[in-house]
Formats: sequence, C-alpha cells, structure tokens
Amino acid sequence: MHVIVCIKQVPDSAQIRVHPVTNTIMRQGVPTIINPYDLFALEEALKLKDRFGAKVTVITMGPPMADQALRKALTFGCDDAILLSDRVFAGADTLATSYALASAIAKIGETQPFDLVFCGKQTIDGDTAQVGPGIAKRLGLNQLTYVWKIESLDINAREIVVQRRAEGGVQTLKTALPALITMLEDTNEIRFGTMDDAFRAARTELTLWNAAAAGVTDPSKCGLKGSPTQVKKVFAPPPRAVKATQIKGDSPAANAEHVIDALFSAHPGMQDDLRARTTQNP
Amino acid sequence: MTEQAKPASSRAKQDEALLAYKGVWVSIELERGHVHPVSWELIGKGRQLADTLGVPLSGILLAPPDAPIQETVADAHAYGADTVYVMADPILAEYRTQPYAKGMVDLIKKYQPEILLIGATTLGRDLASAVATDMETGLTADCTELDIDLSTRSMAATRPTFGGTLLCTIHTLKARPQMATVRPRVMPMPEHQQGRTGETIMAKLEIAEDDIITKVLSFIPDRDQDTAQLAFADYIVAGGRGLGKLENFQLLRDLADVLGAEIGCTRPIVQAGGMTIDHQIGQTGKTIRPKLYIAAGISGAIQHRVGVEGADCIIAINADPNAPIFDFAHYGIVGDALTILPALTDAFRRRLAAGQAGR
Amino acid sequence: MSEKFDAIVVGAGPAGNAAAIVMARAGMNVLLLERGEYPGSKNVMGAILYSNALEKIIPDFRESAPLERHIVEQRVWMLSEKGHVGGSFRSDEFNVEKPDRYAIIRVAFDRWFSNKAKEAGALLICDTVAKSLLQDDQGRVIGVKTDREGGDIYADVVVLADGVNSMLARQAGFRAELDPANTALVAKEMHFLPPDVIQSRFNIGEKDGVAIEMVGSLTKGKIGMGFLYTNKESIALGIGCMVGDFQEGGLTPYGLIDDLKAHPSIKPLLAGSEVKEYSAHLIPEGGYKAVPKIFGDGWVLVGDSAGLVNSIHREGSNMAMTSGRLAAETIRTLKAEGKPFSAANLSAYRKALDETYVIKDLKKYEGMPGFLHGNRQIFSLYPELMAGAAATMLKVDGVDKKTKEREIFKTFRQSRGLFGLLGDAIKFARAFR
Repeated sequence: MHVIVCIKQVPDSAQIRVHPVTNTIMRQGVPTIINPYDLFALEEALKLKDRFGAKVTVITMGPPMADQALRKALTFGCDDAILLSDRVFAGADTLATSYALASAIAKIGETQPFDLVFCGKQTIDGDTAQVGPGIAKRLGLNQLTYVWKIESLDINAREIVVQRRAEGGVQTLKTALPALITMLEDTNEIRFGTMDDAFRAARTELTLWNAAAAGVTDPSKCGLKGSPTQVKKVFAPPPRAVKATQIKGDSPAANAEHVIDALFSAHPGMQDDLRARTTQNP
Repeated sequence: MTEQAKPASSRAKQDEALLAYKGVWVSIELERGHVHPVSWELIGKGRQLADTLGVPLSGILLAPPDAPIQETVADAHAYGADTVYVMADPILAEYRTQPYAKGMVDLIKKYQPEILLIGATTLGRDLASAVATDMETGLTADCTELDIDLSTRSMAATRPTFGGTLLCTIHTLKARPQMATVRPRVMPMPEHQQGRTGETIMAKLEIAEDDIITKVLSFIPDRDQDTAQLAFADYIVAGGRGLGKLENFQLLRDLADVLGAEIGCTRPIVQAGGMTIDHQIGQTGKTIRPKLYIAAGISGAIQHRVGVEGADCIIAINADPNAPIFDFAHYGIVGDALTILPALTDAFRRRLAAGQAGR
Repeated sequence: MSEKFDAIVVGAGPAGNAAAIVMARAGMNVLLLERGEYPGSKNVMGAILYSNALEKIIPDFRESAPLERHIVEQRVWMLSEKGHVGGSFRSDEFNVEKPDRYAIIRVAFDRWFSNKAKEAGALLICDTVAKSLLQDDQGRVIGVKTDREGGDIYADVVVLADGVNSMLARQAGFRAELDPANTALVAKEMHFLPPDVIQSRFNIGEKDGVAIEMVGSLTKGKIGMGFLYTNKESIALGIGCMVGDFQEGGLTPYGLIDDLKAHPSIKPLLAGSEVKEYSAHLIPEGGYKAVPKIFGDGWVLVGDSAGLVNSIHREGSNMAMTSGRLAAETIRTLKAEGKPFSAANLSAYRKALDETYVIKDLKKYEGMPGFLHGNRQIFSLYPELMAGAAATMLKVDGVDKKTKEREIFKTFRQSRGLFGLLGDAIKFARAFR
C-alpha cells in the first residue's frame, strides 16, 4: 500500500501583523510551520503505515526552504519526501497549485502506484480548502472531504468507507480506491517520532523536483501564469469612520445605566423585544 | 512566447469567448427538505451584482424529485431570481461530489453564466472546487464582500488573508465563470417579495448511478440539540481573553440569562477548553448578525471583526482604551469587565422587569 | 539498535555549534542534538556578536553569516526617573572592513551557524531533548538518553552545551542548582520599525548600528541592567534583574520592560514601532566563583552551562564559542593521539581556557558580584544623584557654577555621607581592578 500526503509550509499566521506606519505585511522573523491542518492528514496516513505497512510519501510545493517542513514530516515517520520547487510555480493560486501537485502525484504513480492521497482540510494562510478537491478532479480520484474517520479499508477489494462531516450530520460514504481524502481537524494527534525516525529524517536525501521532473507538461498552467485569480489589492480593513461612543460614568453601575439608556433610545423596539423573550423563557 | 507577444487576434478571440458568458448564478442548496439560508443571502447579493451588470439573475437547483422543488423555486423567484435551472434526479438524493459536479458543470457549459456564487457550507466547498477545477476557472473562497468593477465588467471578490489580519480583493479576469463562495450570515437576507415570479428551466442529469463510484451508506443527523445557534441568534454575549480565568465566564452567563441571549467566545477560549467550537465567533468560527452583541474582554482583532460586523449594535467592554474593538463597536466602556458585566446584568434585570410589574 | 558516535554535542547554540564544527572538521563522527524545533528557537539574546571569537572558527563568516548591523556607537546610560546621564563613544574607526561587533538576531544566526556544523559533517537532529547522561558503573559518561522512543545514544565523549539551566549538568551533579541571587532573568522585546526610521532616529546608515547599555532606576533599586540594540528593521530592547529579586515579589520582568518602554529617554526611540516578540531568558551572573569543574570522565561543559559569562561587559556568546572551540580542540587532539577521554586528559581544556580572556576576565571581575550585592546604591541612589548633578550643572539659571558645585556635593554627602562616598569609590575601584 502506498499513500501520498500533501503538505504546505506556511507562515505562523498568528504572528503576522500589518505595519502601523507603512501598511505592509510584516513577515520578518515570522517562523514557518507545517500547516496545522496537514498534521491530521499526516497522522492518518501514518496510522495506515502502522496498520497495513503502507509506504508514506510526503510532498510539498514551495520555495527551497520548504524542505524544513518535509524534514519535520520525516521525523514523524514518513518514508519519502519530495519537494516541488521551481520558479515557474511561484505565485500560484489554488488552480495552478492543484495542477502542479496533480502532475507530480501522477508522476509518482508512474513508478509507485498509490492508493490514497491525503490533504489537510485547508491552509491557515489561504484557507480556501480548494487544492485537495482540485487534485482529485484532475487525477480522477474519488473525492472525500471533511473526513472525520476512516471506518474501513479493504485493500483487496480496493474499497474504503469513511465518515464525513456534512451539514447537520455525518455521512458514511463508500468509494473505490484510489481516492483523495481531506481530513477534518482534531481527528487525531500527530505522533512524536522514534529516535530511528529522527535519524532517518536527518539522513534522508530529499527528492527535489523542478517542473520538468514533476511531469508538468504545460508550464503555462503553473504559477502566476496559470492562476485565473489575481490579487488586485491588499489592504488593512478601513477604520470605521465613527468609532465607538465611549460611555464614561463614575462607576460600573453608572456606566451600565448610561449604556442601556443609549441602547434603548437608539433601538426603540429592543426593550419590549427583550422583555418578550425573557418572559417566554424564565 | 510571452503573454504580451500573443497576437492581437488570439487575444480578441479570448475576450470574445469570455463575453459569451452572461448572467449571475447562485447555487441553491436544498438538503433533506430545507434550503440553507445562505442560498437566499446569495440570491440577495446576486441580485445586486446582476443589476449592476444589467444581466439576469438565476438560481441553480440540484435535488431529488421528492424534494420541495416547486416551493424552493417559488422562494427563489420571490427573493429575486429571474430564472431557476432545475435538475431533479433521484441520484441527487444525498450529496456526492461526482453527480453534483457533473450536473453543475453541464449546466454551466450549456448556459454560460459569467458569475457563479456558492454558499461556503461543507457541501458548497466540496462542490465549488471540483467545479472550478473542471472549468479551469478562478474560485475565491469565503468572500466578505462582492462588487462589480464596471471598467472590466468583472467581479471584485474581497476576502481576509494572512490569518485575517488583512483583506485582499481578487479578480478572475481571464476565465469564466468567476466563482466565489461566501459563508453563511455574511450577506444580509433579502426581502421576500410575495408574488414575484420568474422562469423555470428543467434540465436532465446526464449520469447514471452505475457510473458513480461513491455510495452513501448512511446519514446520521446531529442529535446534539444544545449546540449553540449563534449564526441565527438575535442577542449574543461573548467573552475573550480579557475575562481572565475561565471561571469568570459565569458573569457572562449571568448576563446572557437575563437577556435570553446566546453565549459566544473567541478562538483562544475554545482552544483553552472554555467552550466548545460551536460557540466560537470570528473568521474561523461563526459569523453572527444579531440585534445586539455585547463583547467583554475581546480585543477586536480583524479575525473577530469580520465575524461580528453585521451586528445591529455592538457594545464593547475592554480594559484597554486602544483596543481595536472600539474602532467598530457602537458603544464602548473602558474598564474591568469583571465589574461591568455584573453591573450590566443588574441594570438590565431591573429595566426589563420594571415594565412587567404593574402593567 | 542504538547508534554510537565519536562525540555528542547537546545544544546547537554558540558553544555547541562551535564545538561540533571543530570536531566534525577533524573527521570525527559528531551528533549535534537540539531540543528546539530548529537551532535558535529556544535561544534568547540581546544580541551582540563579538567577531573575534567567531573568526577563530570561521574566518570568513562575514561573507555568509546573517548580520544585522555593525556597531559604530556605544552609549552607556545611567537612567534616573525622568532622564539619564551618560556617555557615548562613536567612531568612524568602527567602520572597518572587519568590524568587531555586530547586532544579530539569534534565530537567523543559529540557523546559519548550525548549517556550518552540518556542512562540516555533523549530524543535526532537532526537536529532541537529551534528558540525562548515560553513565557506566564507574560514573564515566558514555552517552545520552533522549525523549524519543529508542532514544539512547552512545558516544565516547559528550559536550554539554545545553545552556544556563543545563538539565544534564544538574542532573548528573556536575553543577549546583542555579543561585537566584546570581542568576539574572532578562525580558526582551523586539520592536519593528522601517530601516529608514531607525537610521534617521539613531543617525546611522544602512549597515551600521548603535548599542545602548543602561543601569539605574530602570531596575528599581535592584541589581540589573538594560540594553537597546539596533537591528536592520527592528530594535531589541531588554532588561534584567536577578531571579532572587523577582522572587521577592513586587517586580516582574514584563513590568520592568513596560516601565522601561515608557521611560522618557526610551519612549521616543521606540515611537511607532510594532512589538512582535516577547521573550525571556536566564543569564548566569555568578562570575568566576560560580564556574564549576568543567570537565570529567567522558564529558565537558561549555558556554552558559559552565557559567562562562562576563556580565559586566555582557560577554557570553563569545565565551561560549571560545570554550566550545577549545573543548573541541582538546577532544580532537586526544582522539588523534588515541587517548581516552578521561578527566585527567580533558583537563587540558580547562588549562587552555585559563590562558584566554575567558578565565582571565572572569577572574578580574570575580569580586564584582559581591560588590554589586553589597552596594545596591549604585542602582538606586547614584542614578538620581548623578541626574540631579547633571541637571543642576547644566541648567543655566543665573546661579554661578561654584555655588552649583557646592550644592551638588552637599546633596551627595547628605545621601551617602562623606565616608560612604569615599568607601564607594574605593570599593568600586577595587572591584574593577
């Protein structure tokens, strides 16, 4: 059994700020991490390694320094790591990204057939959740998003049953391999690799693929060129013209009275509305 | 050959091909007999976009034949759609990517809308990307604003980026349809104009059950009745890190009880185990549109702001006079939430009870 | 199957990287263990890099190391409540081809330094904590036990470069627990500003920078000091006191730094900045007397884990690099000569260190910690006196200078008494000698 996991190295977005003076994005010193959602995908893949002895290949599309993310993934116990890096990939939106990744996955499949592709639900920097389904579409893989649990996997019958989070409930779906799964968050906890895993990770040569090596047949479908969406503007949200009216009383009780006065006079029906609700639900 | 060097004739052909796409479409999500309200919110927005462009607005409905299709189509017209394209087929009984994507793509290829809006529900997000990839077009997710740039006749889709600290506006200039998903409760609900009518166009789903590899074995609805219904609540009281210890959230509950309000919190509180994720308000949590939103100990960073800006009235309580929440709240009280919350609870209790006694 | 190396270096900081590079270059099989996710992730420093120590390991470091600005101006300030008295030294002499001091950012620097260790042939493994030393029946160190499953790793010698609070050294009893009276806790913030703002504010160019060291009221009467360094796009601001002072209550590291930021001498320098990083770290301040035995059977201590910090001059990273290098050279020689890594043989490391500025400077200031503890008026009284004196002298208010001098002297004498003043002067001179 062979499973492929797609990960992304992202800036730790909790630390990104807009510069108050120049209004530009301040990326200095922002550490990069593996997209947290991808860790759930990695762990699920590694569980299949535990259960079925599956081989786990981790792949990422990114700049050269994305190798750090791959090395980290190797310490969890992944077997192989491939870095897709090429200037032609730069500036890719989700369509162009899924094209590049799909090409590479197809290329991997030429010599090492795979059964499952795992992706995280979305990234914390783009959070569109589009790349996984995009890859599935391109490769004709059966698409299973928002997967919460793999219920069963029959490698001989080439069938997989999963529980999927749908609107208002849980769907149980059965489909044939090969399939693409996007994992929901908080479904598992990534393991801490063994010392052997750590040694192997430190000693493994990462495979570096440029566009040609990745099997990309049409470079114009990659990167900025292959991106139908274009960012026209990036801006900090405009400060609202009128800021909050400050309620200044000399005690919390006075403040409470004043703000309720202001509230009910600005919203005449609200007092009655609240009374009606609270008499209904004592 | 670089882009600039493309001969004028091929560029012209490309533009011509794009111009053939006309009309704004909105996906109507009908599942288990109910239309997800986001579909109507998007009909409302779609109407605006269509009017700006001077083109028709259409709904697209994929559903099993035993679903309340007629009712839904009537509602779609009443909310503002000129036409509804309907594909009714038993294969569409439970959502699966393959048949829904096939149905939608076939309709798109036949009728060529220039814009397609889909609600960012789990169904919508699963479907939108499959459709966009098939059409090799641009898809912008979780938009907070949609406008038309008349100079290019293209849709300007604005969404948060970099974890919500910034906004960006995205265009799809060279592909059609321009696709966008929008989360529930971001756009306002449009007016239901009783008596407004429109066209219905039936279409056939060209795929057989045997061709579909994925089967739905079961669907188990959420039986959890006390999941918070923040998205639809009229009164919400929320707390953030400024409240300090999780025990202090009792003060919030007291106020919520007096107001009959729902309780919410920010992401760090959920991460600390203070409340379950259905109480989380903000960019990655719920978008709310209440009549009154009281935020205590919440700084009001952009991730939170995008989730609450739709509230009719926001009262913010924060010890820091420079907290960003005061930039967009309607009323602000600078002070310790731990003393102000109980004061508010008492004051509201008195004011609301006063009307009942001696009426 | 457990792995075996010639040497294990625990900690990929300045001392560890230095040791790993020197040993790996000699063809030894070196494992470099780092508990952080990447080298530098757990390190906090001002930070000033002293070229001299690094040049001895990587002579051409300037070509590839990430250096923020080279220091051309040093300001020394004694802060009082409302202002400061101080001096500064700036010279074009510092604008040489090979400047001797640079402001650096540790995350970037440690990454580069550990990459050099990898290039030299060391195997770097991060995200792995060495929890304890493995010892044989005779107490000889034969490896480390890590927190990963199957994590016992063997080596002929272990270099303990795991920092001020060395878990390994304490656990094995090679070192006492940290003394709160002689360990500083420093809080640090990084304030981000556009380079041109920093440059115009500090009157520097694109590549040069300013270092400000401060004592006085900022530490509220406790022993301590503060610093401000200019990086390319940020200002590093820090302040520290002894751990014991914080334990007493009433003082917190972040309270101190908040007050420092608001100080009238500091606030304008930070105006408009965005704070993006808070960190805190311990610094060994015990000086010469607190340095333990730094070698034994199968092990050596280098850097902060050996307490090699000259707090008066804030030199720690250079001592770390020098000690790492010398330990490695000793080990390298023993390996080449086929000799065992016994305590007797490794004592050559200490002897080598004694010959350098490391031990010599520590010895010079060995009385300083005691002096500072016994003379806290330096941090409480003197700043106010000095500021008062300066204010009086410099105000042009019609009073003649002689009268002013008398006033100043009277104030000093009233505060400390004549014998107190004399005593302070003598003690201070003695401590410095």
